[in-house]
Amino acid sequence: MNDGATILLAEDREDDVILVQKAFEKGGIRNPLFVVRDGQEAIDYLTGVFPFSDRDRFPVPSLLLLDLKMPRVDGFDVLRWLRTQPNLAPLRVVVLTSSQDIRDVSKAYQLGANSFLVKPLDFHNTVAMVETITDYWLRMNLAADASAVGQ
Amino acid sequence: MRLRWGSNAPSPSAPFVSVCFRNSPHGSKFQKQADFSKEVRVVSDTSVILIVEDREDDILLMRRAFERASVTNPIQIVRDGEEAIAYLIGEGQYANRDEYPLPNLVLLDLKLPRKDGFEVLSWIRSQPGIRALPVVVLTSSNQIQDVNRAYQLGANSFFVKELDFQGTVDLSKLLQTYWLKKTLTPEASRPERKPRAS
Repeated sequence: MNDGATILLAEDREDDVILVQKAFEKGGIRNPLFVVRDGQEAIDYLTGVFPFSDRDRFPVPSLLLLDLKMPRVDGFDVLRWLRTQPNLAPLRVVVLTSSQDIRDVSKAYQLGANSFLVKPLDFHNTVAMVETITDYWLRMNLAADASAVGQ
Repeated sequence: MRLRWGSNAPSPSAPFVSVCFRNSPHGSKFQKQADFSKEVRVVSDTSVILIVEDREDDILLMRRAFERASVTNPIQIVRDGEEAIAYLIGEGQYANRDEYPLPNLVLLDLKLPRKDGFEVLSWIRSQPGIRALPVVVLTSSNQIQDVNRAYQLGANSFFVKELDFQGTVDLSKLLQTYWLKKTLTPEASRPERKPRAS
C-alpha cells in the first residue's frame, strides 16, 4: 500500500469533516480522501452508482473511516450492508465516532468493524490520530487483495 | 520521521509512539479522553494479551520483544487451537478467571496443531460473548489466500511475523499502542461451555 490508497470518510458533521481534512493536510498525508455525508452516500460510493460511477474520479477505497451517527442510513447500517458484499471484503473499516458508549463499541465490532476510535476533540490529536490510522492500516497492516476474493 | 516497515528496513531510531505525538509534548491527551469516560472500558497496562503460538522459538522471541518494547501487559500463551478455545471458555485449568482472564487482544498464528488459526477464528466469531474480540493474525505466512481467508473469517488485522528482533520489538510496540491504547475494544464475556455430543 502506498500514498495512492484511497480513503473514504463517511461523516455528516461539517465541522468534523473540515477537521479531518485539515488534519490530513497538516499530517502531510497524500492519500486521496473522499467524503460522503451519510450512510446512503457511502453505499452509493462503494457500489459505484451515480454520481460515483467514474472510478477514475472516484476510486474504490482501501480504508473507510465511518461515523456511526449519520442521518438516513447510519454507520451500523453501512456495516451490516458491507457484510453482504463479498467483493468489498478487503475494505478495512475504522469506526471513527464521538460515541463512547460501550454498547456501540461492541456492536460495531460484531458487525465487522476492524477497529473503533473515538474522535479527538482538538486539532493536534486529530492529526496524531489520522497519522496513526493511515500508518497502521495503509502502510503496516497487511491488506487483503480484492482480486483474490473468493479464492 | 515515519516508521518504515519490512525486514530490510533500517531500524528506526525512535519508537513509533513518539512519531505520532511529535506535535503534542506529552501525548497523553489522546489517551486521557478514553480514560475519563465512565462508559468506556478503560484500557490500560492491565489489558491482557492472549498469544496463540505453537513454536517455542517464536514465543521466546515475542516475550523478549515485549520486554524490550516495554509492553508490560499481562500475557497469556496457549500453544494450539484447542487450548486457545479451552482458555476462552474457561475449561479445565483455565477455569480460574483471576489467573486466566479474558483477553482484550488475541495474537493468533495460523499454523497450529489441534485446530489451526482459521478454526479458532471461526469459533471466536461464532461465540456471542467474545465474537467481537479483536484478533490480530500474526503468522509466518504471507500467502495472499491466507490473508484473504483470515479477513473473511473475521480477523481485524493481519501481520507477517518479523524475522529479526528489532522488527519484532517495533511490531510489539505498534500492536500495543494501536490496540490497547488508541482503539477502543469491546466488552467480552466468557462463552458458555458447549455440551459435548456423546
